Amino acid sequence: MLLQIHEPGQTPNPHANDKVAVGIDLGTTNSVVAIAREGEAEVLRDAEGAGLIPSVVSYGDDGSVVVGRAARRDLLGNPDGVVSSIKRLMGRGLTDVKSLAGTLPYELDEAAEGGMVRLRVAGRTLTPVEISADILRAVKAQAEETLDKIVDRAVVTVPAYFDDAARSATKDAAKLAGLDVLRLVNEPTAAALAYGLDNQAEGLYAVYDLGGGTFDISLLQMEKGVFQVRATGGDAALGGDDFDHAIAEHFLAERAAVVGQKAITSAEVKQALATARMAKECLSSSPYGEWFIEMDGETSKHRLEREEFETLAEPFVARTIAICQGVLEDAGVVPSEVKGVVLVGGSTRVPLVRKRVAGLFGQEPLADINPDEVVAVGAALQAEALTVGSDTLLLDVTPLSLGIETMGSIVEKVIPRNTPIPVAMAQEFTTYQDGQDAMLIHVVQGEREMVDQCRSLARFVLTGIPSMTAGAARIRVTFSVDADGLLTVSARETVTGVEQEISVKPSYGLTEDEMANMLRDSMVHAREDMEARLLAESRVEAVRSLLAVQAALSVDQDLLSADELGVIHAAMAEVERTSREGDRAAVQAAAEALETATKTFAERRMDRGIRNALAGVSVDRLNETLAEEP
Amino acid sequence: MSTHSDMSEAAPALVPCWSCKGPVASRALFCSTCGAVQPPGQTDHFMRLGLMRGFDLEPDQLQKQYFGFQRRLHPDRFATRSPKERALSQQQATALNEAYEVLKDPLRRAAYLLRLAGRVVNVEEAATVNDPVLLMEAMEMREALEEAETADDVAELSAKAEADVASCVRSLSKAFAADDLDAAGSLTTRLKYLGKLAEEAKARRIRLTRQGI
Repeated sequence: MLLQIHEPGQTPNPHANDKVAVGIDLGTTNSVVAIAREGEAEVLRDAEGAGLIPSVVSYGDDGSVVVGRAARRDLLGNPDGVVSSIKRLMGRGLTDVKSLAGTLPYELDEAAEGGMVRLRVAGRTLTPVEISADILRAVKAQAEETLDKIVDRAVVTVPAYFDDAARSATKDAAKLAGLDVLRLVNEPTAAALAYGLDNQAEGLYAVYDLGGGTFDISLLQMEKGVFQVRATGGDAALGGDDFDHAIAEHFLAERAAVVGQKAITSAEVKQALATARMAKECLSSSPYGEWFIEMDGETSKHRLEREEFETLAEPFVARTIAICQGVLEDAGVVPSEVKGVVLVGGSTRVPLVRKRVAGLFGQEPLADINPDEVVAVGAALQAEALTVGSDTLLLDVTPLSLGIETMGSIVEKVIPRNTPIPVAMAQEFTTYQDGQDAMLIHVVQGEREMVDQCRSLARFVLTGIPSMTAGAARIRVTFSVDADGLLTVSARETVTGVEQEISVKPSYGLTEDEMANMLRDSMVHAREDMEARLLAESRVEAVRSLLAVQAALSVDQDLLSADELGVIHAAMAEVERTSREGDRAAVQAAAEALETATKTFAERRMDRGIRNALAGVSVDRLNETLAEEP
Repeated sequence: MSTHSDMSEAAPALVPCWSCKGPVASRALFCSTCGAVQPPGQTDHFMRLGLMRGFDLEPDQLQKQYFGFQRRLHPDRFATRSPKERALSQQQATALNEAYEVLKDPLRRAAYLLRLAGRVVNVEEAATVNDPVLLMEAMEMREALEEAETADDVAELSAKAEADVASCVRSLSKAFAADDLDAAGSLTTRLKYLGKLAEEAKARRIRLTRQGI
């Protein structure tokens, strides 16, 4: 062989083996990171053996950032500088968050420009994306320390019910933390993957995922390594945190009866919540307990029995059960058809939750994989599948319908929920006034009929519509949802062929400028990272072109004279050399030179192909025979 | 089952492979020389999933074909490949999903077959119905639904609606088998309305049972 050629992804790179891909469960309460090797996943633990990293960030007045258990300990000492449950605010606007006012122990920056909500923490103004990025940086650092390798790529999980804005925000956070997101995977799907591979499951499974701040229910069909999501549903603002809030309110009401009604600061709310959390965890195993709340030098004592706790939690659990019933109905499935129920999320430890789930499905749910770690395990398996390869495949769906605002503020659905992704669907709209040259396109997500009851994702104006009579223009709006569940919308006027494509970023996402600024401000040498990524990408592309030419030569080399072959070989050698040691410009220049050098060769190959086809020789040698595949 | 034969049995059209620039059949998924994934190309949903064109379709067979193609073409298989290959695999997977969604549903499948045969049945929008029997049936069903008070009554109506749908699907199968496109056309409209009624009955049943919880 003339040249040594490597498969894409195995480019000769001395550091290639030191860089690995992990799976990250970026949770409301805790985050977990895991790695899979040859189908075996392992949760990465710290020196003390803990796999859960509390999703809590403590910002010091001196500019320090502490994440995890140490930050959680700061909750009482430095309550104003500590942020927890930030996932609840991902992709949310100020108006969304106001509806949660009073339940959030944060101070919001009301004056902030733009759609995304901002928090005032320790004298700084931070977006949920930046705070999540701080958590991801800590997760990445822990993984790197445990593995003694560079972690540069990850599969990050999101609640299935996360809308587009929240998904984009999560991806942006990973980017800020210096992680290349291989794929966003839905948490229940990841959990099913962890179970399916272990148990060789076949049939219909339900995944009930009650985390700190989100609830998801998914129905999956598992068939010979293919995991097909049949239906999914949930609530992005329902979880174990609600139990804490209910208990905290109960305690504070009791306390008010003893020490009198007083204004409560957000720091005190945090303290009450921390006590409530302890009570909840304790009552999952004990029938009763007693706690003390000390504020303003006054201590109050609170006794709570499990039965009382269950009364407080019942409305929230009932909501999850109703959502489960809706999803079963969506899929046209009765509970008895479900072969197994997988429990995910720390909140499924609450006995009441297990009791109600068992009641609905008529069977004891599965919980043999630690419900706190199962999502990260599935994510790690998927990270390995994406980088190394795998026999399994995940086929996921859109969790919420996507639509567009039409006359009278009515939503016209373009992509219904539970549609398999990736998907692209187009709908035609027209102008309603003579000579109308612009059109506002308002994209919403949700199941309701009126625009104001759905979530507004983006608004953009399509301009330059040629002047026509009302109803004559044909504006084709295309919605594309990629395998990460992220949406792109484009629009085009089809009658005159005037094309205008606009990709939109969600209203509550970060703008490109904001993202660039944050990248510059962050400590991760983002510019170099970005450049390194682009270089890697151009190398992959160069190696691809090299392999393609080599494949072509192996069948049609006889079409070339010795001189012509020499020119091509020289161009190949140059691509090979630059992809090993050149910068991006050199790699691209060499790839272009190779393309030019092979132009005549390509033409002759086409001519030969056509001559052969006319002579009845099929070139369709790889005629797919998929039905015979195992 | 199908009487609509393939467009042509002539040599497959050749196009240059985007990657190695050599000849590749326009319908090929991968280049036979360099192995690069190809753009999805224009073809009907049946051919895309390697199925015989026809109304009768085994759900298991459809799923097996769909899974088989997705196993090879889904973006997850191309996560570490070049951006162009990733984009093409996304297009391929999108085309497969569309084909699967249309063929999976008897109503959409019937409308699609009619469209392939040059007839238009719009299942998305309300078409004018000039079938007095169907109109009468629909009216009676809606009245019965409104009058039904107990969950059992509604469940009975819902079961009847489902049975009507199933029987209409059987008639459609016969019409397509006999290549009677006129009959298939009106049965498709009928199926659309029966489907709507079944949905309404189901929604009502769910509302009633929910109240009982």
